[in-house]
Amino acid sequence: MIYEGRAWRVGDNIDTDLIIPARYLVTTSQEELGRHCLAGLDPEFAGKVGPGDILVAGANFGCGSSREHAPLAIKGCGIACVVAVSFARIFFRNAINLGLPVVECREASRIPEGHRLRVDIEAGLIQDLATRETYGITPYPTFIRDILIHGGLVPWAKQRKEA
Amino acid sequence: MTLAERIIAAHAGRPVEPGEFVEVPVDFVLANDITAPLAIQAFRALGAKRVFDPARVALVPDHFTPSKDVKSAEQCRIMREFAREQRIAGYFEVGRGGIEHVLLPEAGLVLPGEIAVGADSHTCTYGALSAFATGMGSTDIAYALAKGKTWLRVPKTIRVELRGEPPPWVMGKDVVLHLIGEVGVSGANWCALEFGGDLEGIPLDDRLAIANMAVEAGATTGLFPPDEAVLEYIAGRARRPFTLLFPDPDAAYYEVIEIDLGELRPLVAQPHLPENVVPAEELGEVRIDQVVIGSCTGGRWRDLLVAAEILKGRKVHPEVRCLVIPGTQELHLRAVREGLAEVFLSAGAVLSTPTCGPCLGGHMGILAAGERAVSTTNRNFRGRMGHPESEVYLASPAVAAASAVLGRIASPEELMGRGKG
Repeated sequence: MIYEGRAWRVGDNIDTDLIIPARYLVTTSQEELGRHCLAGLDPEFAGKVGPGDILVAGANFGCGSSREHAPLAIKGCGIACVVAVSFARIFFRNAINLGLPVVECREASRIPEGHRLRVDIEAGLIQDLATRETYGITPYPTFIRDILIHGGLVPWAKQRKEA
Repeated sequence: MTLAERIIAAHAGRPVEPGEFVEVPVDFVLANDITAPLAIQAFRALGAKRVFDPARVALVPDHFTPSKDVKSAEQCRIMREFAREQRIAGYFEVGRGGIEHVLLPEAGLVLPGEIAVGADSHTCTYGALSAFATGMGSTDIAYALAKGKTWLRVPKTIRVELRGEPPPWVMGKDVVLHLIGEVGVSGANWCALEFGGDLEGIPLDDRLAIANMAVEAGATTGLFPPDEAVLEYIAGRARRPFTLLFPDPDAAYYEVIEIDLGELRPLVAQPHLPENVVPAEELGEVRIDQVVIGSCTGGRWRDLLVAAEILKGRKVHPEVRCLVIPGTQELHLRAVREGLAEVFLSAGAVLSTPTCGPCLGGHMGILAAGERAVSTTNRNFRGRMGHPESEVYLASPAVAAASAVLGRIASPEELMGRGKG
């Protein structure tokens, strides 16, 4: 699980209303939700990010509503991985369940906007490819890692049934 | 063990410790018109054919209902058809239901000692009935619907010790706003809140408001013990037998917080976080455009009663729109029968059918740029009730009603005095 992309910085307490405002919750389409990703913060955001980019946030990312449309919108706009100082519980579960890697990094606030990052989950490291600076990642509990490796809760549950 | 640990252990069939992952059977599963369509999609992807128990599922159209547009009507249709296909007893059609977290306790569908999971963050409301109840996303709920199980990370427990009795015009909403102000919006992330101490002075409707906002401190759930008030509320409503569980006297808590209820003042949470809490009387002149009295936080009978007491014989300020939204059809009917409807309508308020509508900026009272609302709802995030440049102040129904009359944020004491009304 290695991800390389440009860092897009957002602040603390980015709630799911900012990630996908309620007026867009009239569809289950990842692609359509992706066009409005972070529209509550910056309506232009979805148009600016590229496939494989990395969202870097402060503390308590994804607080508020349980809407799974939030991690779906993030996936839908092409973001490959979210790094944050900390995640709100429900968002964290939802992202893992959808196979979206969410990485806790206590030093995430030090990562500069626009730098290219390499996130290596197995190695437990984020590397800033511009400055070569590295940051540690909080390791996943085995149970969570297992779901993520299988690509989310649905594929995880299906392989468990087959096994 | 704490109350949360007791309930999880009873379901896991073994003692549990904070931080560990357990798979547990669930007693009740919930989704609504926004979250059910995604859950149904994931339910199909799991290859599931039937829900684990159609008597233990509720699907509630309440967020964008009565449907606000064609797309939301389509989402409702997906849920309605699934409910029919699966013969879900707890499908509550518009006109026969209401806001999920007001409705399910009223319908006796969530009970003490149970584990309830819902695809809605405010599922934690049922902690007031001593159920370990928690919000999840649609995929988790699909799994619970299919298997009748879920995984939990056993939360650490923060004990909230309530002392004394709240002054008149201080409500459960003020208790929980005070708590969120103290611990912050992420202060209880991955934790359970357990309330105890002097609970006699906190009516059940107020406890439901307190437990409802546990998630605004990041908490997994907010639990009250199953005392007399809970049993009295449940009597005649409960649809199933249930077990009473209590925390051990020597339970180990991650943290203990004490709140002196007698010291509390009517509070507001300023934009744009529920932790920005100040006494209403200290705000100065903050003009408002809209007041919302309703939602899964502030749309219960006592909320309506307190608002009506303040609005009776008074008029909503000429520059303010006041929306009153009883939480369920039953409460709406009761408001008509007991004269509250006349009080609200005579005061110049709107009386709406139950809907989450304005709380999440869905419909029925969206704010324009620069507008400001006082609301008995639970979130004041940027843009929550409409335009990103609008503002929401969270408050109790007492503060909201007084503010509606005065046209600015005000303590109810300004109109009603400090004594009992």
